[in-house]
Amino acid sequence: MLMTGDLGFGVIESFARAYPKRFINAGVAEQNMTGVATGLALSGKIVFTYSIANFPTLRCLEQIRNGPCYHRANVKVVAVGGGLIYGALGMSHHATEDLAVMRALPNITIMAPGDPAETIAATEALAKMDGPAYLRLGRAGDPRVHEHPVALSIGKALMLRAGNDLTLISTGGMLATTSKVADQLQREGIGSRLLSMPTVKPLDVDAVLAAASDTGLVITIEEHSIVGGLGSAVAEVMAEHPTEGARLKRIGLPSAFVSRAGSRDYLAAKYGLSVEAIVEDVKRIRRA
Amino acid sequence: MTTTVKEELTTLAQRLRLQIIQMTSRAKSSHVGGGLSMAEILAVLYGRVLNVRPHDPFWPCRDRFVLSKGHACAGLYAVLADRGFFPLDELETFYGDGSRLAGHVTHVDVPGIECSTGSLGHGLPIATGMALAGRDLGFRVFCVLSDGECDEGSNWEAALFAGHHRLANLTVIVDYNKIQSLGTVDEVLRLDPLHEKWASFGWHAVEVDGHDVEALDRVLTEVPDSPGKPTCVVAHTVKGKGVSFMEHQLLWHYRSPAGDELRRAIAELGERI
Repeated sequence: MLMTGDLGFGVIESFARAYPKRFINAGVAEQNMTGVATGLALSGKIVFTYSIANFPTLRCLEQIRNGPCYHRANVKVVAVGGGLIYGALGMSHHATEDLAVMRALPNITIMAPGDPAETIAATEALAKMDGPAYLRLGRAGDPRVHEHPVALSIGKALMLRAGNDLTLISTGGMLATTSKVADQLQREGIGSRLLSMPTVKPLDVDAVLAAASDTGLVITIEEHSIVGGLGSAVAEVMAEHPTEGARLKRIGLPSAFVSRAGSRDYLAAKYGLSVEAIVEDVKRIRRA
Repeated sequence: MTTTVKEELTTLAQRLRLQIIQMTSRAKSSHVGGGLSMAEILAVLYGRVLNVRPHDPFWPCRDRFVLSKGHACAGLYAVLADRGFFPLDELETFYGDGSRLAGHVTHVDVPGIECSTGSLGHGLPIATGMALAGRDLGFRVFCVLSDGECDEGSNWEAALFAGHHRLANLTVIVDYNKIQSLGTVDEVLRLDPLHEKWASFGWHAVEVDGHDVEALDRVLTEVPDSPGKPTCVVAHTVKGKGVSFMEHQLLWHYRSPAGDELRRAIAELGERI
């Protein structure tokens, strides 16, 4: 079943028309939507809840914690607009701490697919998986990075490029940018292993440790606060499994509110998440 | 209702009260007053209304019961044990180290508990989802709220939703004992006219004396009473009901009976069993 918090104009209608008995607009009431989804799931349904930015997550965080997470109920929370996608709409619509907050909850699986191909595969995987999940999406029209449909397993990284000088690990909508970073580094003679990490929890520990051991320098790139997201998850793994010669650099948004309007690309560049800024960052780190 | 049935339900309610007193005393725990106030509600639900099977607790067509006022869990554990969902002597572990009977309603490994509660305002939305599923599967859902809990906005989100979707298989019972955590409901955040609020959200709303087993039985065995509407039973109750020195006393939201108080409480309740 699909429940929406009264959002999804232009994208949700086709499902609602095709499957009227499996579609519910819960109204602008995310706490109740999450509770109803829990009750439906405890009665045997598979329920996706849908809204934008922080509304399906932080607004009803305790409902997610005590409901789907504690009961291991089959509720998949979907947010569109992860990161600064809704940049111009202002701080309320910037989902920049969601991965950190959701990652702290027990029992939940968290996916932030990197492009439309990964989104399709992640959605199918989550629908088949039993238990609660959070699916963090960008927006319709995000650039495609994978040329072909991807085979994706929950909890496994995808290697898009091999390289020995460093590893770039990207999650969510930063994949296209990170792929361009890898291209530019290649042109400058720096070979990078590119990992897309569509599952933030459970993290692919083996892929992180292999990257640390094979390439030394590991760089995480995410459109999320530097606190608590992919970078923190990778740091936890690397700190507890020290590998000689391995280093980590986390690239993400500062732990701060963005108070100026601006497109996603404008704001991303302002906070150092443009291709050029990341390339410079990487070269500086390598020199250090 | 026959005299025998009435006596059975009244006696069951008193047994639950005695268990609540003994469990909270042993545990040195709180929330005895709000447990005593809903004893008849639980007795009528589990004695007469709910279509459940203690030896087959996950039977798919069972009626669902959600105690949203999860702090009053002692009464729910007691009635489940009384009905045979798990052994009565396990009630002695309530609140204890390693016990599955935690101090707010906990579903993990506890037969008969549909879902965990404890943070107020969570139970009714979940019950509403169950009712939505139950409409097709053919079961009913009953949910008990506290009065203080009606301060939580999520309940009113669910009330709008259930009214809009005409969930006639959903029944809320508000244990309206008029005392919440730091004072009377009138002092803290006024709810009256409470049943009119539910009615205005599209519910069939009735008021009953929540200690009158016949009145409770009448409204609860009749649901769904109003086609296309969920039912709200505003049950007027007395906090601490059944123990003279606990009745209407805010103190017994917190205090755990011990010593002479425990003996007096047991004596008062025991007289009526």
